[in-house]
Amino acid sequence: MLQFTRTKVFFILLTCLAGLLVALPNMFSKETVAKWPWWVPHHQLTLGLDLQGGAHLLLAMDQDEIKKDWLNNLRDESRKVLRDAKIGFTGVGIQGSQLVIKLAKPDERAQAIKELNKVRQQIGNAVMGTGGYDVDVSEGNDPGTIIVKPSDAGLRARIANAASASIETINRRVNNLGTSESTIVRQGTDRILIQFPGLQDTKDLKALIGETAKLTFHEVNTSMSADDAKQSGIPTGFKVYPSEREAGGPSEYLLREQPVVQGEDLADAQPGFDSRTNEPVINFRFNQVGARKFANFTKDNVGKPFAIVLDDKVLSAPVIREPILGGSGQISGSFTVESSNRLAVQLRSGSLPTKLTIVEERTVGPSLGADSIADGKLAGLIGGIAVVILTVLAYGTFGIFACVGLLVHLVLTVALMTLIGSTLTLPGIAGLVLGVAMAVDANVLIYERIREELRAGRSPVASIDTGFQRAFITIADSQLTTLACAIIMFWLGSGPIRGFAVTLTIGILTSIFASVTVVRMLIWFWLRAQPKGRIQTVPV
Amino acid sequence: MLMKLIPVFKGVDFFPHDLRLPFMKFKGPALAASIILMLISIGLCMTLGLNYGVDFKGGSLVELKTKSGNADMSALREKLNGLGLGSVQIQEFGSPDDVLVRLEEQPGGEAAQQEALKKVTAATENDYVQRRVEVVGPAVSSELRMTGFIAVAAGILAIVAYVWFRFEWQFALGAVIALSHDVLVTAGIFSLFRIEFDLSTVAALLTILGYSVNDTVVVSDRIRENLRKFKKMELNELLNLSINETLSRTILTGVTAVAVLISLYIFGGEVIRSFNLAMLLGVLIGTYSSIFIAAPLLGYLGVKRDWSEAAAKMLSSSTAAKTSAKAKV
Repeated sequence: MLQFTRTKVFFILLTCLAGLLVALPNMFSKETVAKWPWWVPHHQLTLGLDLQGGAHLLLAMDQDEIKKDWLNNLRDESRKVLRDAKIGFTGVGIQGSQLVIKLAKPDERAQAIKELNKVRQQIGNAVMGTGGYDVDVSEGNDPGTIIVKPSDAGLRARIANAASASIETINRRVNNLGTSESTIVRQGTDRILIQFPGLQDTKDLKALIGETAKLTFHEVNTSMSADDAKQSGIPTGFKVYPSEREAGGPSEYLLREQPVVQGEDLADAQPGFDSRTNEPVINFRFNQVGARKFANFTKDNVGKPFAIVLDDKVLSAPVIREPILGGSGQISGSFTVESSNRLAVQLRSGSLPTKLTIVEERTVGPSLGADSIADGKLAGLIGGIAVVILTVLAYGTFGIFACVGLLVHLVLTVALMTLIGSTLTLPGIAGLVLGVAMAVDANVLIYERIREELRAGRSPVASIDTGFQRAFITIADSQLTTLACAIIMFWLGSGPIRGFAVTLTIGILTSIFASVTVVRMLIWFWLRAQPKGRIQTVPV
Repeated sequence: MLMKLIPVFKGVDFFPHDLRLPFMKFKGPALAASIILMLISIGLCMTLGLNYGVDFKGGSLVELKTKSGNADMSALREKLNGLGLGSVQIQEFGSPDDVLVRLEEQPGGEAAQQEALKKVTAATENDYVQRRVEVVGPAVSSELRMTGFIAVAAGILAIVAYVWFRFEWQFALGAVIALSHDVLVTAGIFSLFRIEFDLSTVAALLTILGYSVNDTVVVSDRIRENLRKFKKMELNELLNLSINETLSRTILTGVTAVAVLISLYIFGGEVIRSFNLAMLLGVLIGTYSSIFIAAPLLGYLGVKRDWSEAAAKMLSSSTAAKTSAKAKV
């Protein structure tokens, strides 16, 4: 059974060679590899942020805010629908997670529901078919009331949409940082993960994604101040907005809630300086739709102020001196050069659908990452030498074969990891070490077994043969048990545990080939090289 | 011809193979001691608790390196304690110009953690460079604690399921108790010596599980083999024989693993030091548990002695291969 056919030897050597070729680029720097001819593999193992240095930010979307915004929209839409259908109502209010509508005439309820069904939207996709509507419209308990309630599936779809819109916006904003490639992905239902290799200072990044940057232009109520409105009751359709940036002006404004123009209608925004005061400002230009809306509004309101609002805070409230027909303008608001630059980027990239909070941050400086790699290399080298010395000391010539097997094991593990494009992290290195330990153990099991068979009085060749056979059952059992454990870890674990599980799994898969098959082949080569019938001792 | 170049020499068979250590004699005291150790560990984890790191407790960790010279610890301590961020832990990390600053989780939710980090950055950025920042908010830390726990528990379950499938339920029970022992005692030691327990410790625990079950399976395999070979041998004697027969491999593999881990512990850098410590402890505890818990338990539980048919069915292919191999030789 020890024999290896020519084809078998050929394929084993081919596997080793292919592994070596794939793993090779990892031994060299990126610059060196880039100069290689096209037919040599160039792909290198991706290092995790803990080894390479970089920033990892986990952001959470505000689900409640998404829900609240949606309910507000539904309220406005429902009002409009009922008004258009000329159905009288005495109130449309948000109660908890639903909208309660009171009709003026209870007997119009059936008709009202039919009209209100227009605000529903179908959810689902072409593959799965339709999954119903995003909103349920039903009769309330009291006569003449109607309940409009977002469905769970609808909310999920909303959150999913908000997540992908956020990712797009973050991508556009982050591109302006101009550094290396970043990955931005959705994680779970309401989280977004940003990974930014090589980024050390996260201050700019955090500032850039820290604001939703929703820009709106509002009509100012000139007949009433914000303070008066708070005392005598806020007129319908208006809302009190705080003012933050502008010094000297009132601290609050009473504005019409429905904006005249919104940030979506911006075609461009650039940082600049005011020609008179030399203060940093933002020059903006509307698209056609926005320009027309703004022109109409300014034409009708010459001499009155309008408010520029960012994230529900009034930036400034200049007075319209003449109609602005060209669709471009200037925003001032006590900016610094830095903040005007940032806001311009944010405005160009579009607003985030909801505020994002940082729930986890991990940043590793490149120097620490490099230190970790250098330490790891040194420790690995010394550990490796220790393993080689111990193995050769304990098992002689066969020990040398085992070390060759170990080398093949390492090369193939790295090659496979490079091939599947997995990321090497610190816990991953731990998985690698356990893999090496298991590979060493496989050889120890085999060789101890061979010695046992020799002590039992078998011939050298028979001992080697049975040694491999018997030990293989044990090796397979122990490796498969560990494999079962690794797969569960991959399935259930979070980031670092997954990295560990991946390298461990690959290590187990390659160790059976490297420590059993390759070593057995080497031993067969050795046996064949011995003069016939003269194998007296086994060098184990 | 290449093979001629390789020197032919025997290895040192250091192990006295006719040695029969009476392990099973100590099974009573060993099991009792193990159970007491497990109980003490559980008690420690419940009373003293585990010294959770940022991953599991929430809060921030900042590693600072001085721009020049050594760190002035007392000045730094004074400055950071004056920020009103609760108790700030400051310790030297690996070298005198490297400092580790730990902040407790700040009250006020996710945003408060970022505010605290901003304050620390502002207070230190003149003299120090940030080498590493970890901020974990309350939501994430509780999730990480949960997934870490589930990963360890599920790891044990997966192992037990496989052992049960390949061996008998007694072996699986022995394995689960041995593995729980390893995890619990390691956690107990971490609790007693207030060593930081974080995600990398969980990775270490998982590695220990892998190593320990490897040991247990090797011994179990030999027990199964001997059960077939010596049908009449008294069970305790057979278990003892199996442990002794595999002892040389247990020791050699253990020594190799420990050698690698010591090298990692000394040269592997400060960041993975607590990970390596856990691994070193775990390898020793795991080796102990395979010899003194998993196998001796079988002496109490008893095992099926008649393996002839079931075994024949299960291993028919490989036995057939074996007999044909013998015929050839």
